[in-house]
Amino acid sequence: MSGPSTYVPKTEFTRWLDSRLPLLRFTHDTVLTFPTPRNLNFWYAFGAILTFFLGVQIVTGIVLAMHYVPNANMAFDSVENIMRDVNYGWMLRYMHENGASMFFLAVYVHMFRGLYYGSYKAPREILWILGVIIYFLMVLTAFMGYVLPWGQMSFWAATVITNLFSSLDQVIPHLGSIIATWLWGDFAVGDATLNRFFSLHYLLPFVIAAVVGLHIWALHVPGNNNPLGIDVKGPQDSLPFHPYYTAKDAFYVGLFAILFAVLVFFLPEYVGNPDNNIPANPLVTPTDIVPEWYLLPFYAMLRSIPQKLIGVLVLAGAILTLAFIPWLDTSRVRSNRFRPLMKQFFWVFVADCILLGYLGDQSADAVWHIGGTDVPLVWFARLGTAYYYAFFWVLMPVVGLLETPRALPDSIAKSVLAPAE
Amino acid sequence: MRFALPLGLIFGLALSAPGLAAVGDQAPLKKMDWSFEGPLGTFNRADLQHGFQVYKEVCSACHSLNRVAFHTLSEEGGPSFTSAQMKAIAAGYKVLAGPNDKGETVDDKGNPLTRPGAPADTFPPPFANEDAARSANGGALPPDLSIIEKARAGGPDYVYSLITGFGQKPPAGFKVTEGKYYNPYFIGWDIAMPPPLSDGQVTFVDGAPNKIADEAKAVVTFLAWTSEPHLEDRHRIGVGVMAFLIVLSGLLYLSYRRVWKDAH
Amino acid sequence: MATTTTAEPTRRDFIYIATGSVAAVGAAAAAWPLIDQMNPSSAVLALASVEIDLAPIAVGQAVTFKFRGHPLFVRRRTAKEIAEAAAVAVSDLPDPLARNENLPDDAPATAANREIKAEWLVVSGVCTHLGCTPTAFEGDYRGWLCHCHGSMYDTAGRIRKGPAPQNLAIPTYSFLSDTRIKVG
Repeated sequence: MSGPSTYVPKTEFTRWLDSRLPLLRFTHDTVLTFPTPRNLNFWYAFGAILTFFLGVQIVTGIVLAMHYVPNANMAFDSVENIMRDVNYGWMLRYMHENGASMFFLAVYVHMFRGLYYGSYKAPREILWILGVIIYFLMVLTAFMGYVLPWGQMSFWAATVITNLFSSLDQVIPHLGSIIATWLWGDFAVGDATLNRFFSLHYLLPFVIAAVVGLHIWALHVPGNNNPLGIDVKGPQDSLPFHPYYTAKDAFYVGLFAILFAVLVFFLPEYVGNPDNNIPANPLVTPTDIVPEWYLLPFYAMLRSIPQKLIGVLVLAGAILTLAFIPWLDTSRVRSNRFRPLMKQFFWVFVADCILLGYLGDQSADAVWHIGGTDVPLVWFARLGTAYYYAFFWVLMPVVGLLETPRALPDSIAKSVLAPAE
Repeated sequence: MRFALPLGLIFGLALSAPGLAAVGDQAPLKKMDWSFEGPLGTFNRADLQHGFQVYKEVCSACHSLNRVAFHTLSEEGGPSFTSAQMKAIAAGYKVLAGPNDKGETVDDKGNPLTRPGAPADTFPPPFANEDAARSANGGALPPDLSIIEKARAGGPDYVYSLITGFGQKPPAGFKVTEGKYYNPYFIGWDIAMPPPLSDGQVTFVDGAPNKIADEAKAVVTFLAWTSEPHLEDRHRIGVGVMAFLIVLSGLLYLSYRRVWKDAH
Repeated sequence: MATTTTAEPTRRDFIYIATGSVAAVGAAAAAWPLIDQMNPSSAVLALASVEIDLAPIAVGQAVTFKFRGHPLFVRRRTAKEIAEAAAVAVSDLPDPLARNENLPDDAPATAANREIKAEWLVVSGVCTHLGCTPTAFEGDYRGWLCHCHGSMYDTAGRIRKGPAPQNLAIPTYSFLSDTRIKVG
């Protein structure tokens, strides 16, 4: 809770402005003086890191759009023009491409942080759901963005994913095909699809920015959660956002910028797929169609189910499940720091997501040689998918009821000032 | 201890071996030390110029280089030919000319009108279109080489292994398709391209060694440049950016500590 | 919340000033590629110069080439046309300046200042009034006539009559050989 505004305009001009559009007051209250728990750690810096990368993506995206041509015959060439001829084009392209990876890395850490510290629990349910919406918009934006260079992977990933809609034909005859054709604007992925994906790829980041605004507004109603998961009880528990958290966040953004620079300047193609440097060919399918790393866990889940429609529902359900989390977790305690049993399951969940990501990258018929037999990896993907769902739909409700949490500290201030815990 | 369960899971899986290698699987690539690899890598100018010669005299018979403009041959970070040399190279090629005054695009014999290349032009392809290329190569399409080293897993190591990987005896039981050649570095093992290089095939103007390995090293370096003409810029600017960011992060850290000094 | 009565204000401020300055330098350096990417790319710059073969052009003929997206007139002048251009006094011209990129800005519009070799006239084909393309051999001076608003140019491409304010511009060019020029 921030309480009434303490902003006092100090000059003629700021007084004049404040009475007409309280922009400076708004900035002062939400960014400068906003009371923030004093015990936020590294994992809480990712909101700022995400804002930084959203900015990077929008700025680099706008300048790239000055040179990119969203036409199936010219898209690949226009990207090569950017890489070869546009001044610093290679840098801008690599920043945009690797910026997407950094954006997703940060969003996953941010989401796992929320899960670990119970930041989704009352009264922050809407905050969490807005976050899920932002994540979903990010996935859509990234998917469409990947199609734009019109490489082999661009084309075939678009084909595979949009073809999933045709599985709806089993629910209502022809419905899936109608939707797929409508999405494509053609009988298959083609120029019409590319053009509309470009339009939407340009639009969605601004929608994301707007939802981020709502996300921060929803955050500012109750204020930030913190690693202890206990409420702020008074001014002794918090610090003004500026300069304490502006300074802290700036440092962590700086560290992430170093990681970003390593990718852009020294490993620019490391997270990418070489097949996307081959122009799209509707007549030749690549040996292995894989999405970018940040979508691999969902890809593994999709492929683990042989029945197409069920696979699609499992995929959609995996993201939709996230919206229900505030009501699935029955624990009275927010932070996993005080939930010895749930904490274990959480780390297994993290490992599970990493495993699913690894499996999503393997060939559909890959096997592991264990104890003398060849076990198809798809069985591990099924196990992984089962645990993913069980974590939310079984463990969250059950463990919350059965577990004995550790004693919570009295207050944040007490916990911070007496670190011998 | 609380990590025992998840770590055990990860390690157990990691230690399980993947399935045995199947017929047609790519042989492990020859790992070479390229001058342009690593954060401070640069192109060897001599290799670039020799490599261009190998491309011109050997590969360009079948492989196009559509995205490389002649003027880049004399720009920084590349083969660094002089401007005069670059113009001569360009003029040595015939590129398609626009319609003449009568609006014709072909001459009396039906051949397309051509003009000498200019610096702004890109390398003209050896075949007019895909069908012509396939028809001249037994149905196979020789890929364009402009970005080949970014378009193949393994990049320069792959291209080097491939073009020096001919001449081996196929394993027992593997029948090479009629008209193709055995190459264990090519996925599927039989490739339509005949062995492209031989010892002494290209005579370098400066008398540099020209065994297969030398020719291969040169052309792989040249094709690494065509795939990434700004590699040297990227490394150079990257070093500067890293240095700057490390300094800035250090200052940001000190500022952060200074701000928080009185917080507790 | 503790507020320190700063015993060392200069030292505390220094770190913030240093950080802010370094960050500002970084921001400026980061802004440069974002601005420079709008400048002409190397593909565009490669077309910034053209080489023109003069051999096919007959005496008395005027050919239009495309140069940097605009028309470029190359005219092989007859002896009569050369003499007509040379006979005009600069004081009689509406625009007394040479408008020749190969010469200083204040060079007068003498016939000699409008050429490198008298036989060849190389001028921009963009009318200096509102940008239309004039037609060769027409108009009172048999140079060019711009049909849009009636501007008339002479055989040295100088404006003589009509609303155009300036002589046709002469771009940077040079002779690579007797039969080849490089423009731009």
